[in-house]
Amino acid sequence: MSNIIDFFIRYKNTLLFLILFLFSLILTVQAHSYQKSKFISSANFVTGGIYNISNNIEKYFGLRETNQRLIDENKDLRQRLLNFYIKTDDFVFPDTTGFAADYSVYNANVISNQYINLDNYILIDRGAKDNIGEDQGVITSKGIVGVIEKTTKNYARVISILNSQLAINAQLKNSDHFGTLTWKGGDPNEVKFYDVPSLAEVNKGDTIITNGRSFIFPKGIPIGTVKDYKLDAGEDFYIIDVKLFNDMTNIGNVYIIENNDKPEIEKLNHDE
Amino acid sequence: MTNDFFIYTGRFIFLVLLQVVLLNHINFLGYINPYFYILFILILPVSLPSWQVIILGFLLGLSIDLFGDSGGMHAAACLVIAYFRPKLLRASYGISYDYQTVKFHDTSMKERVVFVISMTLIHHLVLFSLVFFNFSHLTLILKNTLYSSIFTIFLIMITASLFQRVKR
Repeated sequence: MSNIIDFFIRYKNTLLFLILFLFSLILTVQAHSYQKSKFISSANFVTGGIYNISNNIEKYFGLRETNQRLIDENKDLRQRLLNFYIKTDDFVFPDTTGFAADYSVYNANVISNQYINLDNYILIDRGAKDNIGEDQGVITSKGIVGVIEKTTKNYARVISILNSQLAINAQLKNSDHFGTLTWKGGDPNEVKFYDVPSLAEVNKGDTIITNGRSFIFPKGIPIGTVKDYKLDAGEDFYIIDVKLFNDMTNIGNVYIIENNDKPEIEKLNHDE
Repeated sequence: MTNDFFIYTGRFIFLVLLQVVLLNHINFLGYINPYFYILFILILPVSLPSWQVIILGFLLGLSIDLFGDSGGMHAAACLVIAYFRPKLLRASYGISYDYQTVKFHDTSMKERVVFVISMTLIHHLVLFSLVFFNFSHLTLILKNTLYSSIFTIFLIMITASLFQRVKR
């Protein structure tokens, strides 16, 4: 018995080190898996509060740029509004399949944005009390940003499209061939687009949009343009390099999209 | 002793905030950040028992992880350097370490450089191995380790020389 106690006393530093090291390794493994990364998170009162304070100061340095972005977005919306009036004069029914589901849109500020790791997260200053919930889509006026992963009362954590765990359903704009969008690290403005069948016609500069199959994003949210493409080893599918419309290193305001029909759709799928 | 306690707590909070608010967003050339907060572990007094250094290192790393959503990557990296600190101190400072007379600020430039470089390299290597967590990214791990280490070592050496006590 005294031998065992002696052993513990002699190696107490090593044992302490090993126990804590194992604990941090478990946390690390959890952080690398999409489903379980919910134990240690920046979406809490203390870290969220501190990021909020530093973001409040930082915001003043970007006012000019934010204004410009809002002006551009207003211009774009106004243009669409005018075109919409013109169309209704001709009494053409708009194609409503793209917005058949009823969506709610919320706005939020990004208070922390990562893009240099392999699995990046974004923190926003809206949470459960503002109706933000898991699996809602996050976009800017230019394109998609990510998906809400976890919320607390005042904050929400977004799993960025620059996260190797996230795969998003996307399609080519000018044909309905769809595939999967993922990021493999490296350039924060470039993602990979897989599983588009080789039958599809792909050209450089083609636009990629969301295809609404996952019910997270509505159909038609812009993502990026085709920068380069090649066929995979089996020559069945394309591997496409997509240049994002968003500058992922510079995101200020975001919109969160809630699909109000999602509980109904999920119930339907569940009943099967 | 209580005075020391407040100094260490203040230093801990200051270095964590400096790291997460400012240094984590430098992204020099797109991806190079200094991890300056490990200075806290480097300048803990030599006489502090090892188990306290290990626990402080763990808490320091975990605080950075909380802000960075990085699980336990920084905690693990800090634990490794906290655990190997006595061995590296002996290797760098030799005999004077055994008499517990080493003070970080009073040591010669050469010994200090060796100590800082070895601690930083180990920390960054463990950190980036856990960040990428895949040996197919080996070149990425080594590249990040090298560039970030240069940045960190540079910052630590400058800070050390700024706060060096004037020799009487």
